[in-house]
Amino acid sequence: MNDQSIAQRRFHIALVGNPNCGKTALFNALTGSHQHVANYPGVTVERKEGSVTTETGRRVQLLDLPGTYSLRARSPDEVVTRDVVLGRQAGVAPPDLLVCVADATNLRLGLRLALELKRLDRPVVLVLNMFDIAKHRGMEIDTGQLAARLGMPVVTAIAVRRGGTAALLAAIDRLAEAALPPLPSSASPTWEPPDATGIRRLQQEADRLLEAAVRTPDRRDPLTRRLDAVLLQPVAGLAILLAVLFLMFQAVFAWAAPAMEAIDAGFQALGAMIGATLPQTGALGLLRSFLQDGLIAGVGSVLVFLPQILILFMFILLLEDFGYMARAAFLMDRIMGGAGLHGRAFIPLLSSFACAIPGIMATRVIDSRRDRLATILVAPLMTCSARIPVYTLIIGAFIPDRPVGSGAWSWIGLQGLVMFGLYAAGIVSALGMSFVFKRLLWRRTPSEPFMLELPDYKLPRPRNILLGLWQRAKAFLRRAGTIILSMMVLIWFLSSVPRPPEGATEPAIEYSLAYGIGRAVEPILAPIGFNWQIGVALIPGMAAREVAVASLGTVYAVEDAEEHAGQLGQALASKWSLATALAFLAWYIFAPQCVATLGVIRRETGSLRWMWFSFGYMLALAYLAAFLTFQTARYLGAG
Amino acid sequence: MPASDGASILRPRLPMDRDLGAAPCGFRGRILGIRPIASAGLTAEEMERRLLELGFVEGAAVEILHQGLFGRDPIAVRVEATTIALRRSEAAAILVGPRD
Repeated sequence: MNDQSIAQRRFHIALVGNPNCGKTALFNALTGSHQHVANYPGVTVERKEGSVTTETGRRVQLLDLPGTYSLRARSPDEVVTRDVVLGRQAGVAPPDLLVCVADATNLRLGLRLALELKRLDRPVVLVLNMFDIAKHRGMEIDTGQLAARLGMPVVTAIAVRRGGTAALLAAIDRLAEAALPPLPSSASPTWEPPDATGIRRLQQEADRLLEAAVRTPDRRDPLTRRLDAVLLQPVAGLAILLAVLFLMFQAVFAWAAPAMEAIDAGFQALGAMIGATLPQTGALGLLRSFLQDGLIAGVGSVLVFLPQILILFMFILLLEDFGYMARAAFLMDRIMGGAGLHGRAFIPLLSSFACAIPGIMATRVIDSRRDRLATILVAPLMTCSARIPVYTLIIGAFIPDRPVGSGAWSWIGLQGLVMFGLYAAGIVSALGMSFVFKRLLWRRTPSEPFMLELPDYKLPRPRNILLGLWQRAKAFLRRAGTIILSMMVLIWFLSSVPRPPEGATEPAIEYSLAYGIGRAVEPILAPIGFNWQIGVALIPGMAAREVAVASLGTVYAVEDAEEHAGQLGQALASKWSLATALAFLAWYIFAPQCVATLGVIRRETGSLRWMWFSFGYMLALAYLAAFLTFQTARYLGAG
Repeated sequence: MPASDGASILRPRLPMDRDLGAAPCGFRGRILGIRPIASAGLTAEEMERRLLELGFVEGAAVEILHQGLFGRDPIAVRVEATTIALRRSEAAAILVGPRD
């Protein structure tokens, strides 16, 4: 093949490996910022693709496949891995080269996967990742011997070090030179999933390879051993897990404050600037109102939560990278099992604290349909970051900012404690509901087994964390820029049109369409203490929960056009009773999902029925909780 | 006598022969085999394959490193150089004997 056609045709590589083998870190090291995340057509499995240029200037297309222990796929993620590897995945070019990534410190299962891949008769290269850690632990790996016995090139890599992927890139270059044109694709249809005997034989072969080529000192990683002695200690481990979660929520609340104030101040200044340049009345007045009350107030009130979302994701990514998430699942399995959930559901549910959408998508690690469905149904009850705006606003306006205790306990603020309580209410209701579902819906189906690798602890790498945060921030900003922005414009329109007549005595909003809508739903909402402004805010809140805050901002901003500098929190504190505020919080513990979550539920369960079921039960719970809270608070004199 | 009654029913071949699910925390041994147990909605064959895929293969050295608070469940098992968490009901399919 001549040089020109090599340049025209991109070389496709798929990264395959066990979970926890450092595959994603290697992918990040290779592609850097040249990567994007999408979905495979028809399924919601994340498709991470990127490109890298080798020493010789060859552009290589890389695909990071979901982690798996074998090609005998059981979950939707593993099905994608299998189908891409076999060249059967629709819309994905059959890979020219399979890069099997194995953790050099823990080769046993990785070697078996490499043997399984070898039987496909496709070019495979084995990468011993984290080679530095293996050497540091005193392991001796004879890569020449491994390569000879495996019958495939073996290279070492240190994903986290600059230049740590040089050997892999050189090998890719060599193989790309040799492998084009690609092997006939007839090898794939003959593949059969291995049975127990087959797996056993492969593992025994891998064990013989290890024996011959690898010398391992007979001791565990001392750091992991020492940490696990404490973190997996039955009682202390659970206490520490709780403390970690508590610290996480305190951090979300406290650390984000300066950044949030800066963003808030920025948007206020921008609004004031526009207010000063455009006139109050006439057509330009309408434009001014749109820019100031609709666009800037709306987008600002959502963007202000970016710091909190980033802090929450930072914690989740750090714990994941560190290796703690699997431990958390271990500690929680029995407790979650009591509620009818699988230990593996812990990670999706924890992700749901950030957003129910990645949480629901993460349930794909649960193989059994029943366990998965139960997790999907309760995941939206976990307090997602979209509810943080609502909670922050109401807590800031109604709960005094003072320490709960004194002395050593004075760092615990009352506001943080209420926030923790709201999160706890979400968790308890999620566990409670899954218990109810198990009793009512799946009385006879047994639960799926719990088998999970506990990887060695590793120092999280800032680069991986930052890349992860950047992807999350981008997703949030895109959402803020599309769904949320368009809803804000709609709300502004409803609350500004028609304009009040000349010489109107009432606030402008009382002449608007929103007023009519709010008034219409008011009787339904009166028993739970909601006024018509809340009624207006709840409707777009269905599009995205945080919009409820932005809508309240818009509704109240339009209403109080003259005293615009007044903060929304202060406005609420003067207009709502404490009972209403508490009922509003209670509503949002259960608030029906945003449209995007409902869409994901439909896609992941493949059924409209489950989508409506989860919408309905959460609406009922929200109404009931708000009703009880409002009536109780009023009875106690807070009304 | 209870002792002679016990001798008449099926007994493990060796004094230390038992399943991993019943072993105490700190137990060290070697895998003798996987017995067919249908558990947690899976067939015995599927259960066996999943255990094998995580490295629970005959001859592998195992050690129970940790156990949970409630019902001493689940357990964290060292299999050669890997640590796997699983429930005791699933570990019951793994027959183990002494190391040497």
